[in-house]
Amino acid sequence: MAVASSTYKKVLEGDQQPKEVLVKIDRVTKKFDETIAVDDVSLTINKGEIFALLGGSGSGKSTLLRMLAGFERPTEGRIYLDGEDITDLPPYERPINMMFQSYALFPHMTVAENIAFGLRQDKMPKADIEARVAEMLKLVQMSQYAKRKPHQLSGGQRQRVALARSLAKSPKLLLLDEPMGALDKKLRSQMQLELVEIIERVGVTCVMVTHDQEEAMTMAQRIAIMHLGWIAQIGSPIDIYETPTSRLVCEFIGNVNLFDGVVVDDSEAYALIDSPDLERNIYVGHGVSTSVQDKTITYAIRPEKLLVTTEQPAFEYNWSRGVVHDIAYLGGHSVFYVQLPSGKIVQSFVANAERRGARPTWDDQVFVWWEDDSGVALRS
Amino acid sequence: MNISRSISRRMPKGRHFVIGVPFLWLFLFFLLPFIIVMKISFAEADVAIPPYTEIYTWAEGQLSIILNLGNYIFLTEDELYLAAYLGSLKMAFFSTLICLLIGYPMAYAIARAKPEMQTVFLLLIMMPTWTAILIRVYAWMGILSNNGLLNSALMSVGLISEPLQILNTNFAVYIGIVYSYLPFMVLPLYANLVKHDQSLLEAAADLGSSTFNSFWKITVPLSKNGIIAGCMLVFIPAVGEFVIPELLGGPETLMIGKILWQEFFNNRDWPVASALAVVMLALLIVPIILFNRNQAKEMEGRA
Amino acid sequence: MKRFSFSNMMLWVGFLFIYLPMLILVIYSFNGSRLVTVWGGWSVKWYVGLLDNRQLIGAVLRSLEIAFYTAISAVILGTLAAFVLTRVTRFKGRTMFGGLVTAPLVMPEVITGLSLLLLFVAMAQILGWPQERGIVTIWIAHTTFCTAYVAVVVSSRLRELDMSIEEAAMDLGAKPLKVFFLITIPMIAPSLAAGAMMSFALSLDDLVLASFVSGPGSTTLPMEVFSAVRLGVKPEINAIASLILLAVSAATFLVWIISRRAEEKRRKAVQQAIEEGAAATWQQDKPEAKAAG
Repeated sequence: MAVASSTYKKVLEGDQQPKEVLVKIDRVTKKFDETIAVDDVSLTINKGEIFALLGGSGSGKSTLLRMLAGFERPTEGRIYLDGEDITDLPPYERPINMMFQSYALFPHMTVAENIAFGLRQDKMPKADIEARVAEMLKLVQMSQYAKRKPHQLSGGQRQRVALARSLAKSPKLLLLDEPMGALDKKLRSQMQLELVEIIERVGVTCVMVTHDQEEAMTMAQRIAIMHLGWIAQIGSPIDIYETPTSRLVCEFIGNVNLFDGVVVDDSEAYALIDSPDLERNIYVGHGVSTSVQDKTITYAIRPEKLLVTTEQPAFEYNWSRGVVHDIAYLGGHSVFYVQLPSGKIVQSFVANAERRGARPTWDDQVFVWWEDDSGVALRS
Repeated sequence: MNISRSISRRMPKGRHFVIGVPFLWLFLFFLLPFIIVMKISFAEADVAIPPYTEIYTWAEGQLSIILNLGNYIFLTEDELYLAAYLGSLKMAFFSTLICLLIGYPMAYAIARAKPEMQTVFLLLIMMPTWTAILIRVYAWMGILSNNGLLNSALMSVGLISEPLQILNTNFAVYIGIVYSYLPFMVLPLYANLVKHDQSLLEAAADLGSSTFNSFWKITVPLSKNGIIAGCMLVFIPAVGEFVIPELLGGPETLMIGKILWQEFFNNRDWPVASALAVVMLALLIVPIILFNRNQAKEMEGRA
Repeated sequence: MKRFSFSNMMLWVGFLFIYLPMLILVIYSFNGSRLVTVWGGWSVKWYVGLLDNRQLIGAVLRSLEIAFYTAISAVILGTLAAFVLTRVTRFKGRTMFGGLVTAPLVMPEVITGLSLLLLFVAMAQILGWPQERGIVTIWIAHTTFCTAYVAVVVSSRLRELDMSIEEAAMDLGAKPLKVFFLITIPMIAPSLAAGAMMSFALSLDDLVLASFVSGPGSTTLPMEVFSAVRLGVKPEINAIASLILLAVSAATFLVWIISRRAEEKRRKAVQQAIEEGAAATWQQDKPEAKAAG
């Protein structure tokens, strides 16, 4: 638990720490024949942070990771590590190591030999190798399995060995390719925290690739959301969830209700949006910069911030009548699907704080409402 | 930086070596020989060493090439050759069909057997392929001859009163080809069938399909690549087969491999033998390309 | 499943068809009578007689020598070819390369044999080599078609391999050549052994290619057997054929036993790991369960 809170603290304080750039990706493009896998991506990764590339399949996240490792060469653009151009360096000359999705342990070598492999390539003295291997085994709590072969290990144990192997050479940058991809769900949450703890103890900078938003939000301090080869948004998990900058990002991360509308009143302090889906206008507690020609806008609100009540709200804006269309009981919370008079169905998460409290039920007349600053106005 | 540049320049060299060595070998000892065969098929037989004429002459600084089509015309004029080509194709076609009819159920049974039994069955199928065709064909000679085992058995049972002439007939050649090439049909079929998802058949049964209908509508179409590979592995070599018609066939057996062998070794007519080979290759080029495509698909399956 | 389905019946009929003639051949090799169709009691005299046949023993030794060299060269070339087919995805002439590797599998032997002989003759005219055809030319012919077999066996193994294992080695600082020898080769070792044995057997069995490209005085065992067989069934041939059958089946059986042992050992180890892993997870779960309750 101590681990979790320290991670969370780091997330919150992420922006206040002094930043020192370790990796600079400068306008990198990768084409395979005619398809563009990575499209003009630029980003920087700071020393000591855990950075996640989050996206679906075909988003280019893996290709970007493989270019960092050196398995793919960018079609255009440069990659710098610590200020040095590493774009043309082959993988075996980069001070970067990777933990593979399949772990890629050498099946014909023992655990200790696997960990020693990288050190042997550096022609390290034998005694030093042994000491380092012992140290790494201790770090991942696998000392008693040193003589085992990979096929004699369970999934979680293999992951530890793979981690130890990729950390043994003290790389400047650690790459994780879908680190939890090969584990079952139960083991995942446990290993996520353990992995973060080890990475933080070693103090290595880390770039991970994942398609699992929960995993990215648990482990990373900053997340880049990738889509069709370009980066949709970079930010802390909180930034990305609470202030998405595009429709794409807010639909990708978590659930969301979207209302298309037109800005009817706009000032420094507030804005009013008229949406055909809602009976009342939407009141936003800050100005919305719109152009003169195009006043259309999308208002996004998360289901847990959309509240359901049986009494009519007393205020002027930000609510609507509706009928309970469906309820999904999920244990910790329930999802209410409320049909608005316009026909649109919105979602609302209601925490099941009481065991069997009195609740609206199917076909009940209800009202949905939200606070002034609960949602985000999106221009794209 | 300098180191990295020099290495990235060195990398392609290793790549060229890895590609180049097998490529060069196969080019030199597999592809180039065909070009030479092609060339010699246009030459004339000669009493010399080597026993053919050059097709080009170098006189007064001028290169003149004479393509002598005589060998090909000769092939069309003598009915023997046409009959041999047709005989080979017919023999190979029916042998392939019989192999498929016997081999498919065998491969199917192996693919459905328990995993530990599968390895035993596969071993039993594979073992004959490691033994010379010569030996296996020889085994049949003893069985099929006039005073051989089969005839003695049939006579002792009283089914026949006189020995049947089986050895040195086309029937014996069919037995020989099917016997020798059956494993080459079963192996690719098994490799294909074992990958099938059993739940497809369960789904079909669930939707009301009879066992036979499921087999015909699901299993067979899905095993198309295995069928192609198996049939090509039998058909193509069978067309050019020499040992089997030579040992089991009789005077009625006209197969092109045997004729080519005779032209080459007995008549020492290298140009005619070359022309025979060129025509045979032309007949087989379509099946060979079909096989190669199929094989390439299988080989690159993962990429 | 039905106990005697049609396909199962066909399987046993097929095996009977394949093995009965060979069995009969072996039995008759112990026939005491010179007349091959009359049973004259058990005898090993034809086997003993083989030992006196100098020419035959010379042919056996020559065949073994060629098969040995063929196995080595075919494994090297075939592995390189398989590596190119599975690992080097893009280069000019890839389709042609794939065709060149697989075509020898189906090419009728008479065509390959004739064309190789004509190549050697042309080479002798132009380059002055090979002056004499013999062991070397047979070795070249055998290597060419065995390479195709090795390439098929090895490439199927290479395709199964997780490519990220090789990438991991490179990522940890090993150069491509080192990766190949330290990682790739050990992982595909069983298929290399299988390829080598296969090449050895194919080379030992070949009659047609050897007949074309051999020269005077370099008769191989199959050529020796063939010239005898052409004249009909003889008890001596029964004996030598039985010996070849025996050698091949013993070798195949040995390979099978070895691979089965290795597989068994691996399976046991995996089973053990799964059980231990389950036990470990269970232990870790316990305190959590307590805390929750």
